[in-house]
Amino acid sequence: MLLNQFLLLGAALFCIGVYGVIARKNAVMVLMSIELILNSVNLNLLAFAMRNGTADGHTFALYVIAVAAAEVGVGLALVLLIYRNRRNIALEDLSEMKG
Amino acid sequence: MVAENIFFSIFAVIMIVGAIRVVTSSNVVHAALWLVTVLAGAAGQYILLSAEFVAITQVLVYIGAVMVLFLFGTMLTRAKLGQESDLNNKSWMLGIPVALLLLGTMTYALIDSFGDEKLPNNSDVVTTQVISDQIFGPYLIPFWALSFVLLAATIGAIVLARKD
Repeated sequence: MLLNQFLLLGAALFCIGVYGVIARKNAVMVLMSIELILNSVNLNLLAFAMRNGTADGHTFALYVIAVAAAEVGVGLALVLLIYRNRRNIALEDLSEMKG
Repeated sequence: MVAENIFFSIFAVIMIVGAIRVVTSSNVVHAALWLVTVLAGAAGQYILLSAEFVAITQVLVYIGAVMVLFLFGTMLTRAKLGQESDLNNKSWMLGIPVALLLLGTMTYALIDSFGDEKLPNNSDVVTTQVISDQIFGPYLIPFWALSFVLLAATIGAIVLARKD
């Protein structure tokens, strides 16, 4: 197996996730795209861990998974709060802080 | 090593198609279910990278817990579950050149710097014991920090979602 096949797959997933973050209006969909980005990072960490023959990448990947779980929990709580106050979760309507 | 490459290709195709469906689907529940296929494919790739514990954690945490959270959030924030036409921004076209440019740059950089470097063939499976020795040894301080992050996230989610 080549190292690059995993890195290129990670890059493709990352770019699809970036497109999702830019293009989507629904807050839940943006959170899903962020999950894609975090998974591509994990793929890279594990590929480099195998290349270097160490387990450090595995530890970092586990930490990334834990942080992603925390992020989704807080993010969805925020989305529920926005929904309760405004009855929709379109991100482009949240522009009160624009100058 | 042909079998590994065949499995890599199968998982990679599933993941790319699933990821594209996640960001283009016009139905939030369908997007969440496509995300399950991407995450399961990622777990398969972790197995190929001899990372069994991370693969199991991926299945437990992502497919088990995070997806339930997403579907739960979808159910709570909308009455209708079918097709929806206004999931994209007005300026969603802007995302395509940004993503393609990023992909081009990253592909060039990766091929330029790693070329056809091979992964070691006979690498051992990283066992759970090795990972726990890492976490509770040199990476103990980040582990503590992580437990505080999780505590803060739990308290924050409760405070934010509570009705009063």
